[in-house]
Amino acid sequence: MSGLWILFRRELGQTWGRGGGPVLALTFFACVATLLPLAVGASPARLASVAPGAAWLALALASLLSLERLFERDFEDGTLDLLALGPAPLEAVALAKGLAQWLANGAPLALLAPVVAVALGAGLSLVPMIFTSALIGGLGLSFTGGIGAALSLGSRRGGVLIAVIVLPLFAPPVIFGAGVIDAYASGLDWRPALSFLSAYSLAALALGPLAMAAACRNALS
Amino acid sequence: MFQALANPQRFMAFSRWAAPVLAVIAAGLLGWGLWLSFSAPEDYQQGATVRLMFIHVPAAYMAMFCYACLGAASLVGLVFRHVLADAAARACAPLGAGFTALALITGMLWGRPMWGTWWVWDARVTSVLVLFLFYIGYMALQAAIDDETRAARASGILALVGLINLPIIKFSVDWWNTLHQPASVFRKGGPSLPPEFLWPLGVMALAYMALFGALWLVRIRAEVWRKRAQSLALQAAG
Amino acid sequence: MITGLHLENLAIRRGERLLFAGLCLDLGAGEALALTGANGAGKTSLLRAIAGLILPHEGWVRFVGARGDLEPEDARSSGIHLLGHQDGLKSAGTAWDELLFQVRWTGGTEASARAACRLLDLERLLELEVRKLSAGQRRRLALARLVASPRSLWLLDEPMAPLDSERRHLFGHLMGEHLASGGMIIAAVHDPLPIPVRRLDLVFS
Repeated sequence: MSGLWILFRRELGQTWGRGGGPVLALTFFACVATLLPLAVGASPARLASVAPGAAWLALALASLLSLERLFERDFEDGTLDLLALGPAPLEAVALAKGLAQWLANGAPLALLAPVVAVALGAGLSLVPMIFTSALIGGLGLSFTGGIGAALSLGSRRGGVLIAVIVLPLFAPPVIFGAGVIDAYASGLDWRPALSFLSAYSLAALALGPLAMAAACRNALS
Repeated sequence: MFQALANPQRFMAFSRWAAPVLAVIAAGLLGWGLWLSFSAPEDYQQGATVRLMFIHVPAAYMAMFCYACLGAASLVGLVFRHVLADAAARACAPLGAGFTALALITGMLWGRPMWGTWWVWDARVTSVLVLFLFYIGYMALQAAIDDETRAARASGILALVGLINLPIIKFSVDWWNTLHQPASVFRKGGPSLPPEFLWPLGVMALAYMALFGALWLVRIRAEVWRKRAQSLALQAAG
Repeated sequence: MITGLHLENLAIRRGERLLFAGLCLDLGAGEALALTGANGAGKTSLLRAIAGLILPHEGWVRFVGARGDLEPEDARSSGIHLLGHQDGLKSAGTAWDELLFQVRWTGGTEASARAACRLLDLERLLELEVRKLSAGQRRRLALARLVASPRSLWLLDEPMAPLDSERRHLFGHLMGEHLASGGMIIAAVHDPLPIPVRRLDLVFS
């Protein structure tokens, strides 16, 4: 257990520190949000109607950015060999990596998501709900995305490939995440959407590490 | 049957005559199905365009059926590490993508006269589109990894991930549809079809199935030959 | 603690190519084995197969402990050091941070890491970032992991290539101590090892 804790802290530090850490993803998130009014027009009514959905779309795209480095570096420099011969199975390693990815990347994005949505014209009353849904959904995005990252190990052109593999799988969290905010904003019952989102994220948390570990073993072999 | 066919040599012997037989059956059924389709009475609402249904609906079934085959082959390939199962999964994906594309295109052609638009963000259409994108991602992953065994394992894992995820995606898209478009173009439970429509539909579905079987066998055979050619070339190179 | 390694009828395939087949080998506590063979003969693959990273095409890898056969997972998670061409040291981290993580992850402590650094004459390098180290310094840092966390089977891939003659001598001494304490070493080498070893020459099958 202590070995895993050491790994988790290291991963957190790596994710936070490597290549500018979450700053890059946050900036990308802000850039996409800035392009939106330029693309659809600055009319407040139109922007407000798409703000929650656009925030979620940008969130999904931004969470793709750092995925390429989740396993790729460790695979190339031999760290993954070392991790495979450690005290914890690769499934636990993948779990630690996914959680670190969520905390160091998903959480900052979840903090920025309400800011982006409000800037696009969402009401201030939506802020807690947007943060909650982005934080919970971010867990699912990290672990689903991690599968794509592990699968594309050892392939040519990792980054684009991860996006192509992972984006179709992002459909449920985007639907439920934007659905929570939508329902809340229009005074409908938002709890079903939030439970679906939580269920998705928990399922990804439980099953993602299995797939990631299998993919890593395959890449190492 | 599966046990017996797991042996590549026996599979090659079996598929050698099974593929053409299936192809002949597929051709016969296709001819019969098309004849039935065109001799079916016109729908009182849709007119002659209803005949598109006989091409479209079975293709949509096949899109999912192919995925089931892909998932099953991948599972066998991953668990038993069997070369033939890997070849079967590899051979299946483009066929699945083809049927999915056929379903999407005929759906658009059917949608134009029926709904007055080429594309509707309807729950079924969207699910099939996501399925199509997933097939593309699967093939892209397979093509991007040079080592074939490793490519087969990685894409096999992805196929299993999809096996779990696609029903979730389907559910989420259905849920999304009720949220955004309460009045769906399809009635819940589907329209009950008169028997003169059911017959061509069923025959066409069987024809597609036989066609898929024939093409799948041919493609697996091609995979096996390709592997043999490769190892012969390697041997020749020393 | 692994006290014996048995390879039984081992065959390894890479892609379409069979590297070798029917390999049998017994290694006991205190023994070292030098793997030789041409490039591509499968030395690295054999090391990775013993480490469990590659599944053998045929045959088994068995680990024996003091009380009979060990579960391969247990043996590998606590009894094997694999040091290949890639050492897993992140170039942006400081030498000490990188070493400390590797040592702790493989079961050593901070104190044992300090001791290993003293032994390998690394103390003046510890504050430097890994990317600033020379190839030889970097290899010594990687070797410190082997010394700092006690694991009985060392699988080494060209361990001495970047070392100068003095450091080779030192490393020979460290290997000797490891063997004397009941450890085992399998090393893929081109140059002879500075310790008494058995040799296994891998030839194309």
